[in-house]
Amino acid sequence: MELKDFSYARTILEQYPPERRFLLAILQDIQKHYNYIPRPILEMLRDYLDVPLSKLYSVATFYKALSLKPKGRYVIKVCDGTACHLKSSQSIIDEIKKVLKIVPGSTTGDGKFSLETVNCLGSCAVSPVMVINDRFYGRVTPSRVREILEEYGRLENEQTWK
Amino acid sequence: MSKHGNRTILVCCGPGCLSNHSMDVYEELKARISQAKIKAEVKTEVKATGCHGLCEKGPLVRIEPDDIFYTGVKVSDVPEIVEKTLLNHQVVEKLLYHEPSVGRKVISPKQTRFYKKQMKLALRNVGEIDPSSIEDYIHRGGYKALGRVLSELSPDEVITEIEKSGLRGRGGAGFPTGWKWRQCARMQYYPKYVICNGDEGDPGAFMDRCIMEGDPHSVIEGMVIGAYAVGSHEGFIYIRDEYFLAIRNMSHAIEQARDKGFLGKNILGSNFDFDVQIVRGGGAFVCGESTALMASIEGKVGEPRAKYIRSVERGLWGKPTVLNNVETWANVPVIMDRGAEWFSSIGTENSKGTKVFSLVGKVQNTGLIEVPMGMTLREIIFDIGGGIAGGRKFKAVQTGGPSGGCIPESLIDLPVDFDSLNNAGSMMGSGGMIVMDDRTCMVDVARFYLTFLSEESCGKCVPCREGIRRMLEILNEICEGRGQPDDLDTLAELGEMLKEASLCGLGKSAPNPVLTTLRYFKDEYLAHVNEKTCPAGVCKNLTVYYIDESQCKGCGLCQKNCPSHAVEGQRGQPFAIDETKCIKCGSCMDVCRFGAVRIRGRDKSWK
Ligand SMILES: Cc1cc2nc3c(=O)[nH]c(=O)nc-3n(C[C@H](O)[C@H](O)[C@H](O)COP(=O)(O)O)c2cc1C
Ligand code: FES
Repeated sequence: MELKDFSYARTILEQYPPERRFLLAILQDIQKHYNYIPRPILEMLRDYLDVPLSKLYSVATFYKALSLKPKGRYVIKVCDGTACHLKSSQSIIDEIKKVLKIVPGSTTGDGKFSLETVNCLGSCAVSPVMVINDRFYGRVTPSRVREILEEYGRLENEQTWK
Repeated sequence: MSKHGNRTILVCCGPGCLSNHSMDVYEELKARISQAKIKAEVKTEVKATGCHGLCEKGPLVRIEPDDIFYTGVKVSDVPEIVEKTLLNHQVVEKLLYHEPSVGRKVISPKQTRFYKKQMKLALRNVGEIDPSSIEDYIHRGGYKALGRVLSELSPDEVITEIEKSGLRGRGGAGFPTGWKWRQCARMQYYPKYVICNGDEGDPGAFMDRCIMEGDPHSVIEGMVIGAYAVGSHEGFIYIRDEYFLAIRNMSHAIEQARDKGFLGKNILGSNFDFDVQIVRGGGAFVCGESTALMASIEGKVGEPRAKYIRSVERGLWGKPTVLNNVETWANVPVIMDRGAEWFSSIGTENSKGTKVFSLVGKVQNTGLIEVPMGMTLREIIFDIGGGIAGGRKFKAVQTGGPSGGCIPESLIDLPVDFDSLNNAGSMMGSGGMIVMDDRTCMVDVARFYLTFLSEESCGKCVPCREGIRRMLEILNEICEGRGQPDDLDTLAELGEMLKEASLCGLGKSAPNPVLTTLRYFKDEYLAHVNEKTCPAGVCKNLTVYYIDESQCKGCGLCQKNCPSHAVEGQRGQPFAIDETKCIKCGSCMDVCRFGAVRIRGRDKSWK
């Protein structure tokens, strides 16, 4: 993992002047590119912006959009906004938890799926809603969950499907 | 039907329709039209527009100037639309909207009750124009107000006009906009900043997003006018990072506005300079709060500060700053264009103009609506919203998001404005309006908001950080069936403490969902605590599902929809639920057409 190529991070940094106000924007770009905020890049950022690592850490852990741990290849976002909640999004989350054996905020052991809950996606009309990477699924029912996940192929580790 | 002139086909690409794959419909229409070589004199243009409202019936397609309105359009319907409507001027009957109030299908959106009762000011262009085209915006009168302001009015006159209009902030508290501007204009140190708050943290709302996606120029024009009034040359638009389409459309609009000279140096030859940039938010509810938002723009953790010095004096980087909500900014050009007198003739005594709501939940027509202030909840929910979905019973409506409260059926004739909602213990908030029916558990709703708020509390002040947690623990206990009789008093007491002692609006308003449900739905709390039942059948530990044999027609729909194979029996015979397998998701109850699936409490009291 640590041998990963972080050279692109420099390109991201240099798109912004070295000012504190661009910190969040830089972190968001890094999150988008690498799917998380790797520690070596935080160190790079410390030198670039001249902001202590502890401050960078506090920003990186404060905002929901940023994550210090790598996410899965398929990020499942179940909407638990108000409208979806009223239409039992909790049952959808429970069903995914059962099928994939992960809780919201974590990733399957094989790095394939991450589960997250999010707030209103603006699609309340077809609630409950879930999104896998950029694909939308509306009016999801617990009985459709397994079927949808199977579109992404079986898990390498078959027994987790039990 | 006109056979000449330009035809425009408007395909809704708002978030609701997009998730119903309206982009595919858009692409298909474009492809088919170029293939069919529609007659030369009829220039047909397909536009992807922002949210039309009525998301429930999406994807929506409108054809102008014929004024035809199609709902639920699928890619497979496109050839028929091209063949019949575009080439032969006939309507495709099956795609028309069925208007329940007249009991037949209607052709024009203007004939539907959903649209008829609305009044669109902030949403004036949303769904009507292509958001990527500044020409569309100008064609509909955009930037006219700005031209007049810069050439004819002094900053002071602009502020006076806004004050006279009675415009109050649409972001939550309803602070008078003109007053805010005047305070900032008085400050004699520079630079000054103007900010647009597009953070939209309410977890059940998407109004601001649709304005930014569907009509970005209205926000920009409002901001330039505001900046001129207070003497600012630099502005920021803070948008949640998740709203990528809003960010894209807004960035594009800013560039176009610069090209046309509506932004930048010497705007329209007036010697006035102003420019804006976008800041992407990091997805934290508290960043919608004005001081936290400014900290976030500065690249810091988005924590609020105590407001003994207001941000109109010392805001962003310690400089005088005006911050307004997206919808507030979008209203400014309308007011400058049509005059304060006209604007203040709409609405109620202390709440002028209109308000955009995202009407969602257990209502027939869900989507974005805009109505004059003072319309009653009944008109909104039953006339525009078409009543409760599935013919169930109306129970409550929630307004104001996590800071608001639940309003019961007994107050359904309440006129909706800032003050009446406050008096009912709720608030206007930014415009979420969530309709609840008898399958909604009010204790669970309170718990839902507190869960959200406990995660979103920034942790800076103790009352909010600890108080919300303690309240949530009590609610969790109640929902799990371990509630104690004195819990309700403790909840009320903690709630009052939070209101008094919290640092920012998040903590101050956090108890509202609990206090209003306690006030209006105490019986439901008592059922959870004393009888250990959840009357709505939502709290899993307190609910047992069963099938009433006398009502069951043996259709088997429940069995088919049960994810855990808990429904036993043969088709044609009454079914039964195996309690040990049941995960209490309620799928069976939602699909049963005969009301045969029932609920009872955990150990006693059959219902
Ligand atoms: C916790 C919290 C969250 C808020 N979230 C938002 C928001 O998402 N959008 C918004 O416009 N205002 C939000 N506000 C209100 C802002 O602090 C501010 O009052 C408002 O944006 C001012 O604009 P207005 O006068 O045009 O309403 C929030 C306030 C609090 C206390
Ligand atoms: S609450 Fe889920 S899409 Fe709005």
